[in-house]
Amino acid sequence: MNSALILLIVVALTAAFGFWHRATRGRITAKKATITPVITEEELGTAYGKRVTLLQFSSAFCTPCRATKALLTDVTADMPDVVHVDIDAESHLDLVRRLGISSTPTTLILDRNGVEISRAVGAPKRNQVEAALAAIL
Amino acid sequence: MTFTSATSTAVPTRSVQLIDARGLRFGAAVTSLILATALLTHSTSAIAISFIFFAIGATRGPQFTPQGLFFKKFIKPRLTGETPTEDVRPPKFAQQVGLGFTVVALVAGLASWSALFTVAVSLCLAAALLNAVFNFCLGCEIYLLLARLRSR
Repeated sequence: MNSALILLIVVALTAAFGFWHRATRGRITAKKATITPVITEEELGTAYGKRVTLLQFSSAFCTPCRATKALLTDVTADMPDVVHVDIDAESHLDLVRRLGISSTPTTLILDRNGVEISRAVGAPKRNQVEAALAAIL
Repeated sequence: MTFTSATSTAVPTRSVQLIDARGLRFGAAVTSLILATALLTHSTSAIAISFIFFAIGATRGPQFTPQGLFFKKFIKPRLTGETPTEDVRPPKFAQQVGLGFTVVALVAGLASWSALFTVAVSLCLAAALLNAVFNFCLGCEIYLLLARLRSR
């Protein structure tokens, strides 16, 4: 095949993937209803939040993980009933497999019983996090 | 309230080495141009150059590649405004992945395996373009998958 045509195809596919990725990463998507806690308080290393637990998975080679951690720390600063836990994915691979985490940052939003309500793959935006938290009583 | 898991080392609070994020994207743009040239002209020498650049970035860090040094000497002094910084480890990891692709491409080029050369250069170009245009974080997407595969 003609080299120029291959180059054009690579650029087009890359652009399509890039726009799709940018549009979907960070979006908070609801999980279908379950009643089982996804993680025990023991594994979490702390008690569940009285209202919500934000369970973030991070890794070393991940720039947006730092921004996500800073954002969630800031948003939850004056919410005593919301707990934010940041876990190193690489040293908790059993948990990572069980929860189906494949990229970082991934943030799970858990209710007061540790049941997953929704999750954000990629860095979420401040207003999305605030809206998701406000929706959970 | 924020807790960091006791064993977490992912996002350490101790200082990490930070480099100029604009330099990284400039570097990825230069890399994309070299790889696009390699793909267009089927040039093994262009891939050899790319291989050397990636080898420097993968071992010493992307700020020491020729395009990184060019950015620091000629472009950075002309830029104004606050410097956006980035942890050096994620882009260094991406350089190591790039090095892997260019090794395959280089071997394929030297052995005249045309199809493999095209595939390896195309994948590497896609990653470099995503980095330059979309600020794509390769480490975020594949590092955990690699860790999961390794420990299976």
